[in-house]
Amino acid sequence: MISIIFKHILRFVFLIALQVLLLNNIQFSGYVNPYLYVFIILMLPFATPVWLVMLISLLAGLLVDMFQNTAGMHAAACVLMGYSRSFILKLFSPRDGYADSTEPTLHYLGASWYFSYSFILVFIHHFTYFFIEAFSFHEFLFTLTRMLFSLIFTMILIFISQMLIYKPKDSKRA
Amino acid sequence: MRNLFRLFWKYSNWVLFILLEVFCFYLIFNNNSFQKARWINSSNTFAGNVFTTVNSIKEYFALKEANQLLSEENALLRSQSLGSYAKYITTQTLVKDTFLKQQYTYIPADVVNSSINRRNNYLTLNRGYLQGIKSDMAVITSNGIVGYTKDVSANFCTVLSILNKDAKISAKIKRFDELGSLIWEGGDYRYGLMQDVGTHIELLRGDTIVTSNFSDIFPSNIMIGTVASFTKSERGDFFTIKVKYSCNLKNITHVYLVNDILRPEKKILEERSQHD
Repeated sequence: MISIIFKHILRFVFLIALQVLLLNNIQFSGYVNPYLYVFIILMLPFATPVWLVMLISLLAGLLVDMFQNTAGMHAAACVLMGYSRSFILKLFSPRDGYADSTEPTLHYLGASWYFSYSFILVFIHHFTYFFIEAFSFHEFLFTLTRMLFSLIFTMILIFISQMLIYKPKDSKRA
Repeated sequence: MRNLFRLFWKYSNWVLFILLEVFCFYLIFNNNSFQKARWINSSNTFAGNVFTTVNSIKEYFALKEANQLLSEENALLRSQSLGSYAKYITTQTLVKDTFLKQQYTYIPADVVNSSINRRNNYLTLNRGYLQGIKSDMAVITSNGIVGYTKDVSANFCTVLSILNKDAKISAKIKRFDELGSLIWEGGDYRYGLMQDVGTHIELLRGDTIVTSNFSDIFPSNIMIGTVASFTKSERGDFFTIKVKYSCNLKNITHVYLVNDILRPEKKILEERSQHD
């Protein structure tokens, strides 16, 4: 139990550092900024209570906000994403439910399940964040384009990380 | 009472969700009125120190370019210094010296963090109120304007860059002294938009755009950029000008903060007139 908590704290710190020190510096034609740190929220074990998911999301969002001068914007998007997570998990639940100690991974539930799960949640996060940032529907298409580019980039990074971290054969180890 | 409590417990997640979102939006709306919610931006000590460490590593990679820029600037300043003028009119120079009163002093600073790819971009500098920084001080480089300071902590300050929705800068076409306002519409970090310029002037591509005399923050005649292209409005009375910034905000490492010594005096005077 302790080692699982430790693992998650380590992952949390690593992903936040990766986000603020490396990914925030990717500047590609003013459109693309991937937000891989939402991976933290995606990867929490199934059994995590919703209130804890929301508090972790809030903390992750606030930390990223602090480094980006976007006070509260990431936090708001993250909390919404964390809250939606429970509904998405319920919606896509397999017939015999999830095994409690496991995490949502690509190899545990398959590529199509994982894609729908992560795509919807990342979409919720990005959509909220980019429209709070623009704070108007005035530049709707421009904001939408920026959001979609970032969304694609984030999704690619999430799948790459999944493939790097978890070996296909011992999915139970998670 | 018990039923009420049970109801509350049943929807506790929902209540928590609403509370957290209210908190987040409280932060968002307070971000603009400065000195509130300061701990959440990068002028706080923790974020500032992380950025300083990373930046000291990053600076090594930009040393060559930074050196070149600095030496170019040195050369320019040297050519402007009194010693490099031939003394044709000695008397006038001397008289002028006693006439002039210094209005601006410059504080050099390092950029420890910056962005160009968001809708609202900021920089963080390694100077704070202990070094005499106040909010609303102009930030420039030898190439042109960068923005102005927003939040200030002990040793760091954040700068609202010209690549920001809130940046609206009073500018003029240098050749005609024609006024307009400069904004940024997002997208390409190399180009801004100048609006409200009258069409009675014969504008050309490449015309220089500088800060106007009416800016509350910037000294006048600081370089902003050049005219890249322009279109007339539908009624034909105003130009909309695409401005190519002279300062490349993507890789600036050294900037100057401009301290306007006469600004408090001007502020007090203007406030007094408004009260009357």
